[in-house]
Amino acid sequence: MNTKIENKLTPVRIIAFIFVALWLVIAMFPFIWTLWGSFKVQADFFSKADWSNAIFGFHTEKQTGGFFTMGGYYGSWIEEEFWRAVINTSIVVFFTVLISLTFGTLGGYALARSTYRYAFWILMAGLIFRAMPHMTLISGYLQPFFAWNVWGILPTTIIVLVAINQPFTLWMLHSFFLNIPKDLDESAMCDGCNRFQAFRYVIIPIMWPGVITTGLFSFLLAYNDFTVTSMLLSDENETMIPAIASFLGTVQEEGKVMYAVAAVVSATAPLFFFVLFFQRQIVSGLTAGAVKG
Amino acid sequence: MIFKKLILVGFISLFFSSSLYAADCGPNGQSIRILASDFPAIHAIANAAESNCAGSASEFNRNHTTEARQIMNAAQTPNPAEYTSVIVANSTLVQLMNDGLVRPLDDLVEKYGGHLKSNQLITVDGKIMAIAFMANSQHMYYRTDILEKSGVDGIPATYDEVISAAEKIRAAGIMEHPLVMNLKVGWNVGEVFNTIYLAHGGEFFKPGSAEASINNAKGVAALETMKALVEYAHEDHLTQASDDTQGLWEAGQAAIGFMWGSRGGVILDNEGSSAEVTSNTVLSAAPTVTGGSIPGATLWWDGITIATNVSDSEAEATFAALVSGMTSEMVAANNDDAIWLIDGFKPGPAAAGVSATAQGGAKSYPMFAQMGLLHNALGAELVDFLKGSESAEQALSDVEAVYETAAKDAGYL
Amino acid sequence: MKHSTFLLFSLPSLSVMFLFIAIPIVSVFIQSLHIEHKQVIIVTENCDPFGCETTTSVDTEASAKLKEKAPLGKFNGFKTYSNRMHFAFDELGEAWKSSDSFTVFVKKLYNYPLYRALSFTLTYTFIVTPFVLFLGFLVAVGVNNLPKMFKGPTIFASLLPMIVTPLVGSLILFWMVDGDGVIGATLQKIFNDNSLSLKASPVLTWIMLMVYGIWHLMPFSFIVFYAGLQTVPQETIEAATIDGASKFQRIRHVVIPHLMPLAIFITLILLMDNFRVFEPIIGFKAEAHATSISWLIWNHLRESAYPLYNAAGATSMITIFGVAILLLPVLIRTWRDFKEKNKG
Repeated sequence: MNTKIENKLTPVRIIAFIFVALWLVIAMFPFIWTLWGSFKVQADFFSKADWSNAIFGFHTEKQTGGFFTMGGYYGSWIEEEFWRAVINTSIVVFFTVLISLTFGTLGGYALARSTYRYAFWILMAGLIFRAMPHMTLISGYLQPFFAWNVWGILPTTIIVLVAINQPFTLWMLHSFFLNIPKDLDESAMCDGCNRFQAFRYVIIPIMWPGVITTGLFSFLLAYNDFTVTSMLLSDENETMIPAIASFLGTVQEEGKVMYAVAAVVSATAPLFFFVLFFQRQIVSGLTAGAVKG
Repeated sequence: MIFKKLILVGFISLFFSSSLYAADCGPNGQSIRILASDFPAIHAIANAAESNCAGSASEFNRNHTTEARQIMNAAQTPNPAEYTSVIVANSTLVQLMNDGLVRPLDDLVEKYGGHLKSNQLITVDGKIMAIAFMANSQHMYYRTDILEKSGVDGIPATYDEVISAAEKIRAAGIMEHPLVMNLKVGWNVGEVFNTIYLAHGGEFFKPGSAEASINNAKGVAALETMKALVEYAHEDHLTQASDDTQGLWEAGQAAIGFMWGSRGGVILDNEGSSAEVTSNTVLSAAPTVTGGSIPGATLWWDGITIATNVSDSEAEATFAALVSGMTSEMVAANNDDAIWLIDGFKPGPAAAGVSATAQGGAKSYPMFAQMGLLHNALGAELVDFLKGSESAEQALSDVEAVYETAAKDAGYL
Repeated sequence: MKHSTFLLFSLPSLSVMFLFIAIPIVSVFIQSLHIEHKQVIIVTENCDPFGCETTTSVDTEASAKLKEKAPLGKFNGFKTYSNRMHFAFDELGEAWKSSDSFTVFVKKLYNYPLYRALSFTLTYTFIVTPFVLFLGFLVAVGVNNLPKMFKGPTIFASLLPMIVTPLVGSLILFWMVDGDGVIGATLQKIFNDNSLSLKASPVLTWIMLMVYGIWHLMPFSFIVFYAGLQTVPQETIEAATIDGASKFQRIRHVVIPHLMPLAIFITLILLMDNFRVFEPIIGFKAEAHATSISWLIWNHLRESAYPLYNAAGATSMITIFGVAILLLPVLIRTWRDFKEKNKG
């Protein structure tokens, strides 16, 4: 019966469809435009003369002889070895998410189960920590990191990203654990388990949705970060976003903007599969994670 | 004058010195670590150094990053420093020298710098602190065809002539906004003020002190000139920097431009533009004020420095490697990547503007220790005047007030 | 939970936050109370390829000696907070005395960087946050009604504004809103005004930044709401339907109350992030008409050749303080929840 109601085309549903369609156009338009333009030359994609050049490729045909050019992709991936940056990003993102979630799960669980007042104050402190502008933090790290000789390497960046990410992770996972009834793990403790065993056998099996959701946001943070990675990594450990930034040039020197555009498009492609693959987990995870009872 | 000599010497030495020159890499087995910005000319120097001397070094490490300026002081402060050499420009040399992070190079130049020209040596108080290898400055670009069509005789040489030429182009109905300038709020707009203020013969600080002295008749005159120019610039001028102005120029939407010399090569090449634009684009000296003689530009150089906090032998090996790259062969292979100060440079049409501006007697970007603070204040506070919501005097006194606060915090006042 | 178990569980998390955030915050605060020592300046003759000039340099040896004695610099108290770059108390006092009407005073207020930045930051925060909440909710309801096969691609497409790195995303959008770009040219056509420029007018620049902010943050509120919608208890909805409740009544009386905790969570994060708005200003090169608190920090730290740690520190502290005030209602609620939870 329920499904019948759901499938009836009412005016409200039509309005909802139109609204979603409109949103999709607004959300996707710049990206589709970028995807199309990444096969053009800079003079077309950033044309000051006529924007329709970006669609029809006036200069692309003049300069390369074809309607499309792979110049941006060839330049970024082969000439500038963008794949190195992709590998570094993968490492940074993988470990940042892994460590963030491990620390956050343990801490979030403890905060959700503690009845002492300090748990509240730790959560408040977390909020204050999250309010601190990253730029100020990073400029403070520079000198000690250079002095201890840990600047420029991936582990330093990973641990900094974990730390910066921790308040959000902690908050989100904390509210998720609040949602899991206390009785579950406490009854396990009555059966002779200690706290760790209760966590291991009762909580871990049912916590995945929340963890995956939080993981998605950790992932986006580490993946898109520029402030931390651009200041803390040396050339050979450079991740994608600073690499893209270095394609953009400076006031005095012209950059290779099309390399950046091609790099952005190719950096988004794996995410498409990522989201499709984890779609169910992301959605169910969000569900359980953020709703407080 | 300097430039003419430079070119002459360049040609002569091409035939004499360079072919006999073989790389001397200094002490063996040292670690060479370089921090630099990320553009072709710097890659050319570093590549040459690496191919000459990486073999005899225990480590040859390069970090080309857009953030070089942000990390350099923190990187060079510990002992041993993270890098044995930082590649700098006028303003960044000052940034390192303020913290005492670069060493004098006199001994090293004597030992390894036989092939360097005397005007490559950057001296502060008689001590060599850096070796320059390339030059840059802002200057004028103009379209001969459009100037001709709108009845402008000759090349505008002063700001007043530029303004009247722009008016003629507008009156002829060819373009509503014939001027392009890098007026983006922040560093760019501050830099435009610097160039015009220098053309008016202005001084940034009271002699011998760090007290700003721009709120004067020359400062007001410079702002009035700016305002008069802006009348003819694209309406979005407060957001436009080099990429935008270059784009407008290549699209044929401007007839007179004040842009960087380093953009000359890409503007004149056959990519991204039409033959009509490129064949009629000429690069010339920055204008002066009427009756003045100083072109409205700041001259820039890029050069190498050696860190203070590294061992003497590392410093020696790094210096030897880097100067071994400054040869006419390197220049010949990368002639169009920069306006080289090194022997063997063959200036093409893309270098004409910078060399005319330098010959005209333009000033270098000032190397005052506290210049960055003033520049930043200019970049932030002049915008109210350009938007028309503030008088020139008020804008300049705001600049001085902001500078004063910052300079007190930084210990200069 | 016992103290020792609590400590064991939360130690990793607390220690990274302590090391990398708490200690830096304290040191930033201390730094904001100090200014640099007086630099010892000497007049020097500098020569470069273009000639020689008399300029000034820092006598690093003499300056280093001063630094050694007190590495933090000269104690300045809260003067950095009250100087012209921040609250500008002295200047405001004078402006108050010399202004004959309140509008004149407000105009003068706008001349000081912090107040200028605050005016945009607060407007942005209070306009973007409700829009993102409301529109995100609508899209979530809409997507929830889609046939199953469309849901996956729709979710991915909806995430795009958040995924595409702002660095390049804003570059492309900046070009699009140019008078010659596709959006800018279309707007000119619609309004039949060839000189319409989104970048040249202060009002249009503000609107452009806020529209971008809404576009960029919508995915966040969308995805959280969408997930929340999956858990709306079906029995309650069905019961309401049987009782004759219309679609809107069901949303109003069942769905919205169920999503309330989520809305609070999103508001909390959005308020905090919007108060620190920074990237769109740089991306759209909008400094001429709009600056924000975070932009000020960036300006203090990066734009002059000499990073002003004390000014950046003071601005950062003001940011934290501002966020704390914004979040106060939420914090009080959390405190009540916490006390309630512990009673039961």
